[in-house]
Amino acid sequence: MSTEALLLSLRLAATVSLLLLAFALPLAYVLAFLEWPGKFLVESVVALPLVLPPTVLGFYALIAMGSRGPLGKLWQSLFGHPLAFTFAGLVIASLVYSLPFAVQPLVAAFESLDRRLLDASAVLGAGRARTFLRVILPLAWPGVLTSLVLSFAHTLGEFGVVLMVGGNLPGITRTVSIDIYDRVQALDYAGAQQTALLLLLICFVVLSVVYAVNRRVWSPWPAR
Amino acid sequence: MLTVQIRKQFSSNGAAPFVLDISASFARGFTVLFGPSGAGKSTLLDCIAGLQRPDSGEIRLGEEIFFDAAKRIDISPQRRELAYVFQMLALFPHLPVEQNIRYGLGRLAAAEQRRRVEMIAAAFRIENLLQRRPAELSGGEKQRVALARALVTQPRVLLLDEPLTGLDASLRRSILEDLRAWNAAQQTPILYVTHNREEVDAIGEHVLTLANGRVQESGAPGTVLDAPRSVELAQSAGFENLLSATVVEHRIEDGVMRIALENVQCEIEVPLGEAELGSRVRVAIRAGDILLATEAPHFLSARNVLPGTIESLETRGALVQARVKAGATFLVHITRGAARSLGLAPGQLVWLVIKTHSCHFVR
Repeated sequence: MSTEALLLSLRLAATVSLLLLAFALPLAYVLAFLEWPGKFLVESVVALPLVLPPTVLGFYALIAMGSRGPLGKLWQSLFGHPLAFTFAGLVIASLVYSLPFAVQPLVAAFESLDRRLLDASAVLGAGRARTFLRVILPLAWPGVLTSLVLSFAHTLGEFGVVLMVGGNLPGITRTVSIDIYDRVQALDYAGAQQTALLLLLICFVVLSVVYAVNRRVWSPWPAR
Repeated sequence: MLTVQIRKQFSSNGAAPFVLDISASFARGFTVLFGPSGAGKSTLLDCIAGLQRPDSGEIRLGEEIFFDAAKRIDISPQRRELAYVFQMLALFPHLPVEQNIRYGLGRLAAAEQRRRVEMIAAAFRIENLLQRRPAELSGGEKQRVALARALVTQPRVLLLDEPLTGLDASLRRSILEDLRAWNAAQQTPILYVTHNREEVDAIGEHVLTLANGRVQESGAPGTVLDAPRSVELAQSAGFENLLSATVVEHRIEDGVMRIALENVQCEIEVPLGEAELGSRVRVAIRAGDILLATEAPHFLSARNVLPGTIESLETRGALVQARVKAGATFLVHITRGAARSLGLAPGQLVWLVIKTHSCHFVR
């Protein structure tokens, strides 16, 4: 079993899911509560990674991050080194790849809130920010947790995108799913089996937590 | 004085659009907004609170403009400084009662917040509930907390959307008394929405009736609701008998006319109305305004005495509702004691006694 690959995957998943949450919260707010022209276009862009083959996504990410791609050039001028085949490149590609898994649970949670609670908050003098922090977030927190966990688990398990933009550099871009693939290619079934089982267990435990919370198996306050 | 003059149209697929078109002003103290569901009562409150935007018109509190379509002014709900108790109350389920009440006091110092919460909790008798969450409260307690949360901000207008539905009469009266006592000092305009006639009587002040998005009438509950002018209002004001009829005779010198009920051989005398001979009218009669007799009554001032037979008797709380076939079918409410002492039974021959002025025209 490759501890190095596992740790790298966990680091990648944690980074991506936290960054995504920061980005997905305002995006989901805008999608759930505001009406504006062109909203459907943003909704379909957000959902695109759900249906696109990871190789297609990875291919375009690779082009964009290459030394002649717009993202690659920008990165080179900012940091003085290329973006492709680095951990940062992997993070950026994964942000796009896992975006729907972060946004959609939040939108669903926001939309299921009783609008009258938001009205009550407004009439009581609370602005958008205060309403968000004191009413929306506390009541939608199972959705926040789902968002966090799904984007974590989804990033943990990604393969196609990593293969396209990350290459296979041990400790930098060789994630656990690549490691399993390599071992199977080298007929090291025992090594692949250990890693695969561990990944299976991690994902199962993490998802069980989410479903338990959403089913209110553990509830911080009684149902309304 | 809150002045409202607004129009808002709601498009609906295919069907005729619903139009809210209201001109009204609301003085200090209670104004009851009464009308059937779908009349536009809640939409009106939403517009006043700033939660929905009218298409045109203006809303002012004294000289201060809340909304003016022509001047493109629309003050946000946060800055209108009014309070709104929703039909579903909308207590924050994740916050204990005390936090719910303090929610609207964000800008005040902590000591002042505590003082206000203590005062309002005492006034609405919820001191012992402050640490509970809304899910742990009874219906009446929730309603008290919702009122306290609204009033603790010392609003300039109080909007109440059926805040006391589902409570029994004594509990409702006790909450209303607390509300009235609180407002005696504050002198706030209170708009109180209900479609419950008993609540109107319990408040007993000014009534504004709404139907189909428009103001129908305004005045004291007695005059407005005891002579409703539309069928929808008559039904929600508790007029159980609605009869279609044709005018057959004017007796102008007596101030009455005779009408023939449709499809049956039955004439009754009603107050003289603006209706041509031969024109169709609708008449509403309260079930409680009809007397029942088991023998043909004589020497009565009441002008309408109709023989009929009891079709059914149904006990409803303290009342017995009798269905009597006298040409048309009439609903009659009598007390349980009266039903017992008269020995009423289905199939029995009875006489209905209806005073001329118990018959009200509706459109």
